[in-house]
Amino acid sequence: MPAVSKGDGMRGLAVFISDIRNCKSKEAEIKRINKELANIRSKFKGDKALDGYSKKKYVCKLLFIFLLGHDIDFGHMEAVNLLSSNKYTEKQIGYLFISVLVNSNSELIRLINNAIKNDLSSRNPTFMCLALHCIANVGSREMAEAFASEIPRILVAGDTMDSVKQSAALCLLRLYKTSPDLVLMGEWTSRVVHLLNDQHMGVVTAAISLITCLSQKNPDEFKTCVSLAVSRLSRIVSSASTDLQDYTYYFVPAPWLSCKLLRLLQCYPPPEDGAVKGRLVECLETILNKAQEPPKSKKVQHSNAKNAILFEAISLIIHYDSEPNLLVRACNQLGQFLQHRETNLRYLALESMCTLASSEFSHEAVKTHIETVINALKTERDVSVRQRAADLLYAMCDRSNAKQIVAEMLSYLETADYSIREEMVLKVAILAEKYAVDYSWYVDTILNLIRIAGDYVSEEVWYRVIQIVINRDDVQGYAAKTVFEALQAPACHENMVKVGGYILGEFGNLIAGDPRSSPLVQFNLLHSKFHLCSVPTRALLLSAYIKFINLFPETKATIQEVLRCDSQIRNSDVELQQRAVEYLKLSSIASTDVLATVLEEMPPFPERESSILAKLKKKKGPGAVSVTELEDGKRESGELNGSGERGQDAAAMAASNASTPSPSADLLGIRSAAPVNAAPASAGSLLVDVFSEVGPAAPSGAVNDDGFLRFVCKNNGVLFENQLLQIGIKSEYRQNLGRMYLFYGNKTSVQFASFSTTVSCPGELQNQLNVQSKPVEPLVEGGAQIQQVLNIECLTDFSDAPLLNIKFRYGGALQNLTLKLPVTINKFFQPTEMASQDFFQRWKQLSQPQQEAQKIFKANHSMDTEVIKAKLLGLGMALLDNVDPNPENYVCAGVVQTKSQQVGCLLRLEPNAQAQVPVPAAGLPSL
Amino acid sequence: MQFMLLFSRQGKLRLQKWYVPLSDKEKKKITRELVQTVLARKPKMCSFLEWRDLKIVYKRYASLYFCCAIEDQDNELITLEIIHRYVELLDKYFGSVCELDIIFNFEKAYFILDEFLLGGEAQETSKKNVLKAIEQADLLQEVRPAPLKP
Repeated sequence: MPAVSKGDGMRGLAVFISDIRNCKSKEAEIKRINKELANIRSKFKGDKALDGYSKKKYVCKLLFIFLLGHDIDFGHMEAVNLLSSNKYTEKQIGYLFISVLVNSNSELIRLINNAIKNDLSSRNPTFMCLALHCIANVGSREMAEAFASEIPRILVAGDTMDSVKQSAALCLLRLYKTSPDLVLMGEWTSRVVHLLNDQHMGVVTAAISLITCLSQKNPDEFKTCVSLAVSRLSRIVSSASTDLQDYTYYFVPAPWLSCKLLRLLQCYPPPEDGAVKGRLVECLETILNKAQEPPKSKKVQHSNAKNAILFEAISLIIHYDSEPNLLVRACNQLGQFLQHRETNLRYLALESMCTLASSEFSHEAVKTHIETVINALKTERDVSVRQRAADLLYAMCDRSNAKQIVAEMLSYLETADYSIREEMVLKVAILAEKYAVDYSWYVDTILNLIRIAGDYVSEEVWYRVIQIVINRDDVQGYAAKTVFEALQAPACHENMVKVGGYILGEFGNLIAGDPRSSPLVQFNLLHSKFHLCSVPTRALLLSAYIKFINLFPETKATIQEVLRCDSQIRNSDVELQQRAVEYLKLSSIASTDVLATVLEEMPPFPERESSILAKLKKKKGPGAVSVTELEDGKRESGELNGSGERGQDAAAMAASNASTPSPSADLLGIRSAAPVNAAPASAGSLLVDVFSEVGPAAPSGAVNDDGFLRFVCKNNGVLFENQLLQIGIKSEYRQNLGRMYLFYGNKTSVQFASFSTTVSCPGELQNQLNVQSKPVEPLVEGGAQIQQVLNIECLTDFSDAPLLNIKFRYGGALQNLTLKLPVTINKFFQPTEMASQDFFQRWKQLSQPQQEAQKIFKANHSMDTEVIKAKLLGLGMALLDNVDPNPENYVCAGVVQTKSQQVGCLLRLEPNAQAQVPVPAAGLPSL
Repeated sequence: MQFMLLFSRQGKLRLQKWYVPLSDKEKKKITRELVQTVLARKPKMCSFLEWRDLKIVYKRYASLYFCCAIEDQDNELITLEIIHRYVELLDKYFGSVCELDIIFNFEKAYFILDEFLLGGEAQETSKKNVLKAIEQADLLQEVRPAPLKP
């Protein structure tokens, strides 16, 4: 080792650093620094040309000052000058300064790039490495532009020194991360992949980071790396601990490289080649076996390196999710770690088990550790470990252990750290809802949540409990009784008052028979909280009061008295004042009947994705496994259900019901959740439902057909929408030809890469329908929309729909989506006008069984003549007036145009409004 | 790896290496926040913590904290050993390294780090090879290199 004298060669620097360290105060330090800055500035500006040594020394001082946290606004030029020095030590300091203090001053960048270019072509490996380090450290776009094409050449050239190859590989990686568009591997791909075979372990270690990153972005081009990685891994895993000499770390052969190889393999599915797969499984088994062997050293470095490989292997096993044997072994291994004395291992075992819990093969095995995990939640001293334990409990929860887990999480919540309470509350609320068998348990759990951690119970959580109570009449009485009891507590959380107010306002009558909870007692209880509450809660309570007047006429006088007092009717808050005035008036002038209608019980809410799940997802980001795994098939897009329109209906209704059209009228208009059946028939899906013989419960694999049915009777609209992407459709049809415009809108601010779409006609459909599409641009910028045109030709009659598959990369992750394209046979209808006589003559001719179809169905919505007419026209047939003797009936005629033949169709719809069970008959003769 | 910070028990930053482009202001904010978080942790606590959307891996050696920020899919334990290997390199180079060595020879600490990690990834994990590269450079410090071949 060279004897390093402090600051060798730069005495001035050492003196300066000592001075700074001796400063007694911050002020003294700043004073000393300013003195030095002035000195350096004058030297740089002075007439006398500085020699290289002085320049190096001053640049180094500036660097030191910068690293102390002070701004440096000069010296860049001097540092750039050092780059072209012949003296290595000066060049090195110059590069260090540039690496730490880049300035995107274009003049300077050009000079820096010039110096780098010179060093790269110097053939002196030490200089080349310095230049490559600088590019890797700065990694700016300008550098990528200048060097992205040069570096791959250096990387694969036969005469490049190993150390330069290593730097080149990682330098390229950095440039690829900042400017992927400028780094084109193309012809170099295969030679770069073959670096995995390099004799020099250091070269492999550096190259594999590059290959992993490139594989994530272009898996197909790099897929040959899989077999190379497996054989390299196999050689390392089976080597004796001394074989790899200096690449053995505390008796573990090449731990860094092993981890990176296992990580690279996680970019791909399990190898298809049986031999390769066999070899890999062998490696994974060996790694698991080694974990059971006695340690070769007591040093923590030995066990860390060994376990690093083990955890990476387990990640790969989980990634494959196809080897039950390995998954269970992994789970058992992690189970051992759960009780390890090393906190780090316990932490990682909890984390890793979280992902294992979502695999069907290991879910049960994970569940066996529940007691240990609960114990961890109670006894771990480190909050980050407790957090992992809570995550794991959430992930391993299912119907069999939900009550136990929820109870444990609730009791943990009482002492939980503030930083994680909100998330814990959401998780408890979700588990309670998801696994509720009896809803009284659910209500108890949520009320407990509010009691224990009221401040952390977000709106979504208490909205949700109300939605559920309203939708399930078996729990309403219990809920009323429970909130009534909860409100008895001398100090209750405001959220409890909200829930209590709402529920008693709706269902207080269910417990009013008991004299201990008579209407007046209920009212007095609620009103005793009134003055402690915020304005929105008070507004909610006022609405509860008016509901009380309707439910219990005997409370009318008392409540009117309250509404009439100055603090209500002259309240300075407009919302409260308006409610007080209007409710008072309403209760005085409206008849009992009117009051009963206006203040009717709330109708059920439509079933949809739990709003709290959405909230948790938002908190955790879309990648959170534990959340997405648990969400099951509940996923559905709110927009697609037309909830947008219905939400407005609900708002309108809330307004008419509570006579307060203010946006903060929250009692009845619980924002996103809206009552459905009492809403005026929206233009949503009327006959669409009618013609859907499939029904909603027919999940067709991964195909998303949520939007499909809505397009049976219309040609334009939004087919699909999620957080990333919106797909709109415009289509037009003539004879047997159609043209469809698809609009793909990027809803994010990030570019979609490798965007591609394919339209396919599965099975018989390929002989029935001809769909041609033009390819789309592979890049969709953030916020941009691109268009694609499809030309459609109907060859003969068909019943399936073509599939549209969309793939793209968003933030590195591949998105894959398949939708049913709304091309249905009725799109090729040509409306036909005919007279009554004609119609019935033809109708009678179509008498054979296969020429006729009849269906009786219950209308899901109220039958509005105009809406039905619009639907039938949307279907594409002509609506014939004055044909049917019964004017209530609807009669249509049309011809389906296909290339091979034309098929006439007649239709009759006979609504039966009186019976409340409409019985229309649709004759749909064919041929 | 996104960045590495070395700081003292008093919270003084001794070395900072950033592998992602960030403004000076952001760097200072991150540093302040992390130094505070890590210093507040007790000795027996685990070496990993979630921070924003990153994982922090840290370890204390004598008076110095070594702290790395890695991404979600990165391996915590191997990062812990990256820290250890860097400490070993410093130790071997300076001969039983202490905080003062890093203060007075900060540029050397950077050079050693650059030989070991580049762009946030391990470049050369062999202790021998890294030190050889540094030694060669040190030799070049003493002699003026021969004129370069064309």
